[in-house]
Amino acid sequence: MAELDVREGVDRETIETVAGMGAYKYGWSTEIEMDYAPKGLNEDIVRLISSKNEEPEWLLDWRLAAYRRWVSLEEPHWAMLDYPTIDYQDQYYYATPKSMAVKPKSLDEVDPKLLATYKKLGIPLKEQALLAGVEAPEGERRVAVDAVFDSVSVGTTFKAELAKAGVIFCSISEAVREHPELVRKYLGSVVPPSDNFFATLNSAVFSDGSFVYIPPGTRCPMELSTYFRINAENTGQFERTLIVCDRGAYVSYLEGCTAPKRDTHQLHAAVVEIVILEDAEVKYSTVQNWYPGDENGVGGIYNFVTKRADCREARAKVMWTQVETGSAITWKYPSCILRGDDSQGEFYSIAIANNAQQADTGTKMVHLGKRTKSRIVSKGISAGRAQNTYRGLVSMHPKAADSRNYTQCDSLLIGDKCGAHTVPYIEVKNTTSRVEHEATTSKVDEDQLFYCRSRGMDEEEAVALVVNGFCREVLQALPMEFAMEAQNLVAISLEGSVG
Amino acid sequence: MNLLEIKNLHVKLESEDKQILKGVNLVIKPGEVHAIMGPNGSGKSTTSYVLSGREGYEVTAGEALLNGVNLLEMEPEERAAAGLFLAFQYPVEIPGVGNMVFLRTALNAQRKARGEEEISAGDFLKLVREKAKTLKIDADMLKRPVNVGFSGGEKKRNEILQMAILEPQMCILDETDSGLDVDAMKLVSEGVNALRSAGRSFLVITHYQRLLDHIKPDFVHIMAAGRIIKTGGPELALEVENNGYADLLEGVV
Repeated sequence: MAELDVREGVDRETIETVAGMGAYKYGWSTEIEMDYAPKGLNEDIVRLISSKNEEPEWLLDWRLAAYRRWVSLEEPHWAMLDYPTIDYQDQYYYATPKSMAVKPKSLDEVDPKLLATYKKLGIPLKEQALLAGVEAPEGERRVAVDAVFDSVSVGTTFKAELAKAGVIFCSISEAVREHPELVRKYLGSVVPPSDNFFATLNSAVFSDGSFVYIPPGTRCPMELSTYFRINAENTGQFERTLIVCDRGAYVSYLEGCTAPKRDTHQLHAAVVEIVILEDAEVKYSTVQNWYPGDENGVGGIYNFVTKRADCREARAKVMWTQVETGSAITWKYPSCILRGDDSQGEFYSIAIANNAQQADTGTKMVHLGKRTKSRIVSKGISAGRAQNTYRGLVSMHPKAADSRNYTQCDSLLIGDKCGAHTVPYIEVKNTTSRVEHEATTSKVDEDQLFYCRSRGMDEEEAVALVVNGFCREVLQALPMEFAMEAQNLVAISLEGSVG
Repeated sequence: MNLLEIKNLHVKLESEDKQILKGVNLVIKPGEVHAIMGPNGSGKSTTSYVLSGREGYEVTAGEALLNGVNLLEMEPEERAAAGLFLAFQYPVEIPGVGNMVFLRTALNAQRKARGEEEISAGDFLKLVREKAKTLKIDADMLKRPVNVGFSGGEKKRNEILQMAILEPQMCILDETDSGLDVDAMKLVSEGVNALRSAGRSFLVITHYQRLLDHIKPDFVHIMAAGRIIKTGGPELALEVENNGYADLLEGVV
């Protein structure tokens, strides 16, 4: 009993410290005039979104088919998530700043308020003017950004420079207009509209998102990124990202997202499709920092996301890295279809759930080709009253001879009111493949914390250090500038969680 | 001025109603080296834990002052910033956290607490390399996660490295000699001796006289049943070595 008392003593103290801290840094909102589609969802809304984006007939038909299908579907409830019924008619499906009514031709024409928003978020929407022949200063790698604000993309940087390398990087609405043949060929080819309830919804109402095409044999000259910002109230964000990496090409893509603090829940249902052809490689890194709700579970984003990469041809490679710290509810399983022989999929994940957050996240590795390889490293951290579930599928199909998977799944508990769950599904339908699964669950060790504190670190610093150590393998998989951000985010997300 | 002053310290375990320290008195002046010896369970390690602020102990009476300030009301990290350092008997492993990162985080935390500027990456690297060299700690050991996979000797050397970098005023060594072979003990002792100075004091807790051959104490205290029962010079350690504790313990409950 005495030991428990001590722990509770620590709890009280740190909870008080944190109460005055306001850990979520991006909870402010931008005052800007918006145009909304009428509330609720019906065929007219689908038509409206399609016409706002000046889409061709085939895409409208595609959306309508998805919508009609969605009406007949039921929301899935197999995940270990507990939330009130979502009223899909009680929110907006399209919201755009008035200033975006006439599409800005360049970043110079974008509403200064929007530019200021991204500046405040720390997202550079300016292309550094570099003299020809002068290298970027060391350590200042350039990153092209597509900035999505509520339902629209407000601008994409470095488009011209990327175009010189043959790389197409633009909003998906623009891609539909400018590169219809590519979009038509690949859209829905990885995540079909019929895939699941949330993907079907997204197919009907997706408003914008990013499109990437890397031509054969091209190494994308800089990292690409999309930054999603939800600003409008009672509005869902439904973006769609399509990345096509042609034969022998390479791209590293980063994704970040934040939202204001509001006391109502907001829905985010995105789809990311990645097509990877022969010998091509894609790295996709996410730092998900949607507003998580307050310590009592009021507000926060409901994040239902379908992400899938199709290693369509031989020796294609994909690496998903995710740091999930935000959202009230996370439902997300970035997956790899290892179709090509010798293709490889990797999934590195840190999922942190604090206070009243709930996360049900993991991956699917579907081995179809011969000698395909996959690796899963998942680090789940639960604190406060949070529930954190790793759910993962490893499937070895009959033809996936000599394939291999290695899964390592570690859970860390902070305090005694949270939960960690591991739900691995393993299917092996051939006799030559090998699947390894390792799992551990541990508590943040009092001795480790005391050791750090006796060397001068305060309790928050000590927890952050120990947890960052726990996550190290995943943090190392992130691109450098993202790793620093993620490391700080891990510390911030756990403020006040010591037990 | 006394650097450390322990007055009538009474401590019991929180988990069971058991009195461990029953009136410890000790005064350490700047620059002095004190050794505490005593049989198992006499309260030696408890003294070090209570001074450094480990949880699980309840102080029922008495006080402990560092430079005249009551240590017992401070958080462990405040004690560290005030100049107290405990070299652990069992240094703790922290997987995934590089030794250098740990050292730098600790040093900067202390500097921040004292209102000093953080040390630059370059200066820190220089400092670590210099201190590590004297303790024969190689680059690999600095990169590896804190104490993970370290041998007993490496762990203890690592404690002394932390001490050398944090430069505390009052160093407590809790059975630093346990689990060390002769060579490792020599290395560790040399590390400690290099840190001796007019302003810095040491409290060396040990079972055996042999450590005191290397780290020469000014005073030796014998602890038994939660109290210091005898104080003398280095000759007292030799006496224990030759005769054991039996004679000294006579008459002590």
